[in-house]
Amino acid sequence: MTNVEQSLLELENITKVFKIGGGLGLMGRRSIKALKDVSFAISGRNPIITTLVGESGSGKSTIAKLVMGLLEPTQGQILYKGRDVRLWLKNDRMTYRREVQMIFQDPYSVYNPFYRVERVLHLVVRNFGLASSSSEARNLVAESMEAMGLRPEDLLGRFPHQLSGGERQRLMLSRIFLMKPSLVVADEPVSMIDVSLRSIFLDNLLDLKKRLEMSCLYITHDLNIAHYVGDEMIVLCEGTIVETGEAESVVGDPLHPYTRLLVSSIPIPDPREKWKTSLGVEDITLKKFEAEQGCVFSNRCPHRMEICIRETPSLISLEADRQAACFLYGKEE
Amino acid sequence: MRAVDRMIEVEDLRVYYKSVLGDYKPVDGVSFTVNANEVFGLAGESGCGKSTFVEGILRLVKPPGYIKSGKVIFKDQDLLSLKDISDLRWKEISYIPQGSMNSLNPVLRIEEQMIDAVTSHVDIAETEAREMVLSNLKEVGLPIDVARMYPHELSGGMKQRVVIAAATLLKPSLVVADEPVTALDVVVQRSIIQSIAELRDKFGMTVIFVAHDLAAHAELVDRIAIMYAGKIMEIGSVHDVFLDPLHPYSKLLIAAVPSLKKKVVKGIPGLPPSPLNWPVGCRFHPRCPQAFAKCSEELPSFEEVETGRFVACYLCR
Repeated sequence: MTNVEQSLLELENITKVFKIGGGLGLMGRRSIKALKDVSFAISGRNPIITTLVGESGSGKSTIAKLVMGLLEPTQGQILYKGRDVRLWLKNDRMTYRREVQMIFQDPYSVYNPFYRVERVLHLVVRNFGLASSSSEARNLVAESMEAMGLRPEDLLGRFPHQLSGGERQRLMLSRIFLMKPSLVVADEPVSMIDVSLRSIFLDNLLDLKKRLEMSCLYITHDLNIAHYVGDEMIVLCEGTIVETGEAESVVGDPLHPYTRLLVSSIPIPDPREKWKTSLGVEDITLKKFEAEQGCVFSNRCPHRMEICIRETPSLISLEADRQAACFLYGKEE
Repeated sequence: MRAVDRMIEVEDLRVYYKSVLGDYKPVDGVSFTVNANEVFGLAGESGCGKSTFVEGILRLVKPPGYIKSGKVIFKDQDLLSLKDISDLRWKEISYIPQGSMNSLNPVLRIEEQMIDAVTSHVDIAETEAREMVLSNLKEVGLPIDVARMYPHELSGGMKQRVVIAAATLLKPSLVVADEPVTALDVVVQRSIIQSIAELRDKFGMTVIFVAHDLAAHAELVDRIAIMYAGKIMEIGSVHDVFLDPLHPYSKLLIAAVPSLKKKVVKGIPGLPPSPLNWPVGCRFHPRCPQAFAKCSEELPSFEEVETGRFVACYLCR
């Protein structure tokens, strides 16, 4: 590595356009900009969990797929340790696949129902040559399960349908424990697990972060969870970053009107604190933002000004480590 | 305070599924009363029998499922002993099934399918039905243009509103909503919950709100029932249950909900049991940190420990 300040992961002006429609050339092809000029970095100096939050359709999962190389950006580049992901996958595929790991949303579809569950761990051991003998492999697998608080004697030899969603997702963490990656991309890993089992998974993840010194890009729509696991938070709205900062301060004192709407809409598990204001219809029913110019939140924003429709605000640094893309904060230098 | 009217009374409802291994018992003896004009919440983890229970009271259980026993008294009649309750559907009882926003007919305009629902249950002219549809769409906060749209033109939140508007078309006295806010974004979730509360106030409906998300319950419901393994563990006002849960399961479940205020949440170790073989004794005892010998021997009865608070636990005697 040449640069000391080099980031672990860096997205540089990523734009991703999907083309839809156009069947038989009879209908017009439409394009959807899933991501518009998105840039952020995970420094990797210290292991941190960066959460990516936003409503559905905001482009969260597209970022995950781009980082994993499952999609290619239309514009811009993604650098892992200073090198383009496309080059990593071309020249050092195995290294990249080992160092950057993904946890998918659906704990049901990542397992092949015909094989016993430990196969996902044995495959890792075999493909990456982690063990020299089969007994060593078995020990490694058992050890990785125990590390995540799973009991090997309960799980070995079982089929995926015999495990709960929480156990299946935690087995994915065992897999990560074996691989010791430097970056994990987790796309809504607990949205399909029950509340009572969620926090066990999240605590395992936090434990892994410390033990393996790995960083994590954690994608979720649930601000409660983002706040619980995250060190830093990036708020996405319609494919654009509207706010970034330390998780605690973003949730505690949201700057962008969109983040404020999100934070104020979190249901609080305390009947003494109900929502005080009622949401207007325009908060939810307006169609997607499609114009080329203007702030992506301008059609729903309560503080909309004339400039918000004419120009696109860019992310500017406000307080220490806080950035927001909003004209409310644009003027003062 | 005037005496509260009872809207629906469930007595020892059991819904079983036949299988070669024996009967699955997802709902195994559930009793409670829902008062008129309240929002009654039913909470519990997945697989605890919430949806099967709802199908049970609405007579929607399909084979191999069957109703083993029980009574569902709705306005002085037992729904389970009636030959057919289709006269009551939509007019008296509406049901919003889980994921129903995805069951709108894709080739019919919103108003056509809603008018259909009206004219097939009450004998009125189509023009009159159309007016009802339009006013109800307005009631749930949708612009009237939505009536002429097709489902694919609407967002998830709008579709869910259409479904709620449809369910309340004939001003039923009871609306049963199964997970109406699951799989929606926080902002949309909040607006749907607020619409339900507004409709309840306006039309004087009674709502049974089923959701696994406890935070949603805290925002909306008046009284809440915590279900586990086919049984109700605790019933009380939402304030009582959240602020001072009595059953160990309710305690753990509420402690497991992450919130912005607490930085530490704890999960519940272990797994929910299988409806094929419920544990003997209290069904929660294998996971309960406070279990003692008696818990594994005999099922604790469901008793009123304070006024309006029912708990099935030996610790609360």
